[in-house]
Amino acid sequence: MLRQGRRMGDERPGPAVNPAARVVEPLPLIDVRALEKIYRVGVETIHALRGLDLTIGRNEMVAIMGSSGSGKSTLMNMLGCLDRPTSGVYLLNGRDVSRMGAKELAQVRNEEIGFVFQSFELLPRQTALENVELPLIYAQGGWRGRRQRALAALDRVGLADRVHHRPNQLSGGQRQRVAIARAILNRPSILLADEPTGNLDSATTIEILALFRQIHTEGQTVIIVTHEDEVAAHCQRVVRLRDGRVLSDVPVAEDIAGRHLDMIAARGTAS
Amino acid sequence: MMNPLFWLQAISLAFSQIWANKSRAFLTALGIIVGVASTTAVIAALTGLKAKVLDEFESVGASKFFVFPDRPDNAPRNMYPWEKILIKTAEVEAIRDECTLVKAVTPITEVGLDVESGDKRIEGITISGIWPEWHDVQNRFVQEGRPFSSIDVESERQVCLINADAIVELDLPSNPVGVAILIGGRRFMIVGVVETTQARFFGMNTSSAEIFIPFSVAEKMQDRNFFMRVEGLFVSPETAVEGEDEVRFVLRRMRGLGPGEPQTFQVAAIDKFIEQFKALAAGITAIAGGIVGISLLVGGIGIMNIMLVSVSERTREIGLRKAVGATPMAILLQFLLEAVTLCLVGGFVGIAFGRLAAFGLTKIPGAQLDQADIPFWAVALSFVFSAVTGVVFGMFPAIKASRLDPIEALRHE
Repeated sequence: MLRQGRRMGDERPGPAVNPAARVVEPLPLIDVRALEKIYRVGVETIHALRGLDLTIGRNEMVAIMGSSGSGKSTLMNMLGCLDRPTSGVYLLNGRDVSRMGAKELAQVRNEEIGFVFQSFELLPRQTALENVELPLIYAQGGWRGRRQRALAALDRVGLADRVHHRPNQLSGGQRQRVAIARAILNRPSILLADEPTGNLDSATTIEILALFRQIHTEGQTVIIVTHEDEVAAHCQRVVRLRDGRVLSDVPVAEDIAGRHLDMIAARGTAS
Repeated sequence: MMNPLFWLQAISLAFSQIWANKSRAFLTALGIIVGVASTTAVIAALTGLKAKVLDEFESVGASKFFVFPDRPDNAPRNMYPWEKILIKTAEVEAIRDECTLVKAVTPITEVGLDVESGDKRIEGITISGIWPEWHDVQNRFVQEGRPFSSIDVESERQVCLINADAIVELDLPSNPVGVAILIGGRRFMIVGVVETTQARFFGMNTSSAEIFIPFSVAEKMQDRNFFMRVEGLFVSPETAVEGEDEVRFVLRRMRGLGPGEPQTFQVAAIDKFIEQFKALAAGITAIAGGIVGISLLVGGIGIMNIMLVSVSERTREIGLRKAVGATPMAILLQFLLEAVTLCLVGGFVGIAFGRLAAFGLTKIPGAQLDQADIPFWAVALSFVFSAVTGVVFGMFPAIKASRLDPIEALRHE
């Protein structure tokens, strides 16, 4: 906790967001209002989101938690622009993305969102470098110097010596690092991670979470969707969902996840 | 619209996809391969045949014409008995004497006889009875001795012309002029050696030994009603149409055919045969085109099937690509490009096999296909057809891939 707090205070650029005060910025990065999502499965209708409100500022590190059926996956799909809400407004960087078509959404995902998945989702026959370059294939321009950018991203995640390895030549942690490098390549507004440590052992989990924190410290907004308190404890702020609404939205110290903070601090000093 | 990197990766991905599933890709493309290979081979054979035939027509001469008996269409058989419509010697003489546009004309009648020289004996060789004009009509002259003259015909001299193969087969001296041989038991003096030209139409003479005697002599050796061919030369190819009319007029008058009465013979200039042959070749080419259409249809269904498999196998990959910003159009193009690449590779392999088959055709002895070759247009057309097959049959799987919901796709097992 201390360690994390000091880092935030010392290094984070731009206007400071005080998680405890919950100050809403004039133009927040993510502004979600009265978000509803209704699925129709056969004759049944499922209310996945029921008027959810959420605001996330620039360079926050937020955990979104909830049991299955709480709507956290649906919310993640909305935040990641993979899906459109049935009603409500989602302003990303001030742009209303809740009414965009498939083509525009694809462009928003390409430029604004970096995804990290539980099962990494690397293309098996491509090298780490080629996997990292993938988003540039669909970029609108600026594809020159792609190699340098991809190499820089791999360097940031500590895989500068593994660029020509294929996924099956890498360990689970290394694969997730490649996926993170791919996600941060286009310098997205949001790094959106869905259970990023779900397929990793505890030692690797700590490494990957430390990497997320490092990237966050470098100025990146990070949202981690998880059901593990231990993962949430690495974030600054914990949003808990139930039945498609926000149940609680507090700084990590005030959340149940906060009880892991001492442990994380201890590990941090030990490593 | 898509950046160059997209095209680069889409094409390299298409090839790596084929490479990674080599045997599957081969089996899938087999329909296309077989279709393209068989069609290009057929077109190669046709091209070779056409070149050969046109060459032969060319060597025969463009101003050449033929006259032969022909029963009118739809006429009762007994109204025009064969012996009544056969060409008579007097009719050929009339053509020679009266047609101003005919440069030379000769009747040719063939009789099969045994030929002897010393203890050498050839049984059943074709002896042709000809006029001296034959030399001009066939464009064949003598290498040794002298050609036939009108005196040979008028005085029914027992003389003959032979060719080089006959010299060999009868074991005669290399210059046999003045030597006598027995034809059908009668003594004939060899007066000249005629040039050997290339084989006539498609091996019509099985033995290449040729012996010629004066027409008047051959006439005596034949039955009462015998068949003769008539070959002639017009003054020039340009006057062929008028020349035909002239010959027709003379023959109709000789046969006493009144106006409106059907013709009992045919006059045909060589260019007519060339036209007919070209039409026939074009027809066969069109049929070959139809076959390629059917085989590409069958091949295309295979392509569609395998692309559907590929889409369903790579659902998660599609989901990921969409998550990192691939538009539906980008996904559609990628899969379409993959289908087209597969088809083009199939087409390429097919052309390679077709080329091999065409090469094989040229090596078949006696098949007259030594000029078989795949023309450039057939290669280009094969590629175009293959690409079109890829677009048509790859479209449905590609649309399916482009419409996948990224969330569902990423959840796909």
